[in-house]
Amino acid sequence: MENDVLLQLNGICKYFPGVRALHNVDFTLRSGEIHALMGENGAGKSTLIKVLTGVYTKDEGKVRIEGKEANIKSPQDAQNVGISTVYQEIALCPNLTVAENMFIGRGKGKITNWKKMNARTTELLTSLGIPATATQQLGSCSIAVQQMVAIARAVDMECKVLILDEPTSSLDENEVAKLFKLMRDLKAKGVGIIFVTHFLDQVYEVCDRITVLRDGQLVGEYVIQDLPRVQLVSKMLGKEFDEMSDIKTVDPEAEDIKVGTPVIECTGLQSDAGIKPFDFKIWKGEVNGFTGLLGSGRSECVRSIFGADKVIAGEVKIDGKPIKIKKPLDAMKAGIGYLPEDRKLDGIVYDLSVKDNIILAYQVMKGWNHPISKAKAEEFAQKYIELLEIKTASSETPIGQLSGGNQQKCILARWLLTDPKYLILDEPTRGIDIGTKVEIQKLALKLAKEEGKSVTFISSELDEMIRTCSRLIVMRDRKVVGELNESELTQNKIMETIAGGES
Amino acid sequence: MAKNAKATAVTAPKPSLAKRVRNMSDTNLLLTITITVFVLMYLSAILFLGSGFLKPQMFLNILNENAALIILSCAMSLVMITGGIDISVGTMTALVCMSCAVHLDYKGGNVFTALLIALAIGVGYGLVQGYLVAYLNIQPFIVSLAGMFFAKGATTIVNATQFNVENAQFQALKSKRIYVPGLGSTNKHGIYIPAYVEIGVIVALLVVIGLFVFLRWTKMGRSFYAVGGNAANASLLGINVKLTKFTAHMMCSVIASIGGFVYFMHVGSGSPSHAAGAEMNAIASSIIGGTMLSGGVGNIAGTFFGVLSLSTIKNIVSALGFDEAWWTNITVAAMLCLFLVIQSIVLKRKTNK
Repeated sequence: MENDVLLQLNGICKYFPGVRALHNVDFTLRSGEIHALMGENGAGKSTLIKVLTGVYTKDEGKVRIEGKEANIKSPQDAQNVGISTVYQEIALCPNLTVAENMFIGRGKGKITNWKKMNARTTELLTSLGIPATATQQLGSCSIAVQQMVAIARAVDMECKVLILDEPTSSLDENEVAKLFKLMRDLKAKGVGIIFVTHFLDQVYEVCDRITVLRDGQLVGEYVIQDLPRVQLVSKMLGKEFDEMSDIKTVDPEAEDIKVGTPVIECTGLQSDAGIKPFDFKIWKGEVNGFTGLLGSGRSECVRSIFGADKVIAGEVKIDGKPIKIKKPLDAMKAGIGYLPEDRKLDGIVYDLSVKDNIILAYQVMKGWNHPISKAKAEEFAQKYIELLEIKTASSETPIGQLSGGNQQKCILARWLLTDPKYLILDEPTRGIDIGTKVEIQKLALKLAKEEGKSVTFISSELDEMIRTCSRLIVMRDRKVVGELNESELTQNKIMETIAGGES
Repeated sequence: MAKNAKATAVTAPKPSLAKRVRNMSDTNLLLTITITVFVLMYLSAILFLGSGFLKPQMFLNILNENAALIILSCAMSLVMITGGIDISVGTMTALVCMSCAVHLDYKGGNVFTALLIALAIGVGYGLVQGYLVAYLNIQPFIVSLAGMFFAKGATTIVNATQFNVENAQFQALKSKRIYVPGLGSTNKHGIYIPAYVEIGVIVALLVVIGLFVFLRWTKMGRSFYAVGGNAANASLLGINVKLTKFTAHMMCSVIASIGGFVYFMHVGSGSPSHAAGAEMNAIASSIIGGTMLSGGVGNIAGTFFGVLSLSTIKNIVSALGFDEAWWTNITVAAMLCLFLVIQSIVLKRKTNK
């Protein structure tokens, strides 16, 4: 492998209002290497890529290309210094033809030479085996073809650095194989490739080096042979593999739960959010959980159970009876509650009072033509404010003024008020203080044990999952890859299952 | 769809009509529809309403009457293709007319300097509106709404009442007729009346051809489509989106000011009520011509036929004896609806793959 440095990033910082997206990140790309950029969703991969391609301007740090400092302010600048990019979302114009999409924004001159452009495009399409014609409107191609066109464009640009930001998520195996061949050809020509993906298999198939980011910070750069899968996963999650051999005492009574008809039983459930069909069961009084890296499809699974994403296949049974869930209201009426992952976006109604937020789901279930009386609403609000120890000045305080943890408790109260049989808690403890976290974990266990509810718990923190759940469903690359029972619930075992393959 | 594409790529030198339609770009499909509708409409007018529509002068008069609207609509199409809109072109036409009229009759100016004034108004509008839309990222509708009110007020400041221009040089230009050989007709006294067009028609045709070439073959022209299709992605593809939007608004305003001058040459007067509602007619013509309000789709040739369709339908309605203004308005409304429905079907075709 050649060792001359093509691209060097030093001390890159990027801040968004209230968020430190990147902090002091270094990154080095050598010519003729395929370098994987890894990290969970939100680790800062995409931000780093966008800084590099001029979509965002960096707040601090230096970018050097072949030793010279480059000042990249716009995507055009990036193209001019030899960086070409394939983005995760298709970044092409659907109203233009395939050929135009390949050539627009490139090259000198003011005039479009259609003949030359179409001829060159046809050549490229044939050589890459892309089933499209040059004069076809891009919007009429399938997503996979569009992505291949984007790749063809990037490859044709004679670039020094090629960035592939999760290009494979919409491609099938054949197309991925084609892409990998292309990447190896370019590597042989001395192009440096940055490859972002969440598919671990693909990383180990083509990459030479791995740089891991976590929470906007650099974890480290590794040569691929030195970093086994499990190590990679532990680096991404921020847990040392060795420390994870804590012992969990198995409660003998716990096994008794899995008897009789499951409260919820899903078979072959699939939604349009891109998860593979999965089976799922939960029994009365059980707390189970979905685990996996962020972006592995955990939330998408529970969203499809709740009907928040459009379900395209599979069936759901509640207490053994089949039920059609087309929209969240159907699920609510069937006794399912869902505490969403993004509290700010899907959960709280920022300007409404604590009381109004709490009674919202109950009111929706009753229907708007059966209003809840003021006295009744106040009574419900007070009950849960006391029960969950929500710290608020009064039930009339706008929920936006509460701390994150107390907002989360209000949402929890909202669902408890509807008295669900089955409650889904998607990242209920994210961004809240440790005390409240423990309270919420205890509450989940209490609901199951004392009130016989079934609870599905999702969290990014493994120890929290181990503490609360008696059964874990493990996901990788949007697929259920394993199920771990109480006795197998150790951090090591979980991480091995997440990583997959030989460790 | 990928399967279909493969089939056309590998086999079939002559794909079936349905497949050809499916593979056609939205722009070309809408253009084809527009031209077909216009031709059918004109043919049926000839068939059912008789010889009036058969006279070439009848057709040329449509051009004479609508030269300014053709230019304004072309200007409108430019910004609409980039996903914007400019509703200031109508009152700007009135401002151009009034300024030129005052310049010619009260200040003793000549036609050439009057034209310069018109262009200066266009450049001024282009600079301000283009800057606000492209670099400050303000909604084009709001920006041009302000522009519309400004021109309305400014026209009245220049001169509050209507008056006809008497400048001799201008009168000569206004009444200049360009005869089209071979298209004349003989009246009932046996006298040959040659067919003619006004100067404005020549200007309009030059604008149509010029913009057609610009949009089809220049990189900037293609950028208009890319920006209208998806501005964020166009930027990622290396297009300077701000400059593109600015250029579109600049071109729109300058061309609209030329349209204003052509309007002035046609009516020969200045009035605060000139070209009232012209921006709406321009938008309607662009839409009938296959330009989508959402941007990225449109064709100048289509806009040209859009204007012709709009005025032909008005002629047909009055030839049928429905002379009142509301009948034409209702017909135009129906026609707009028809084309909007067609556009939404085209959009659906795109998603149903």
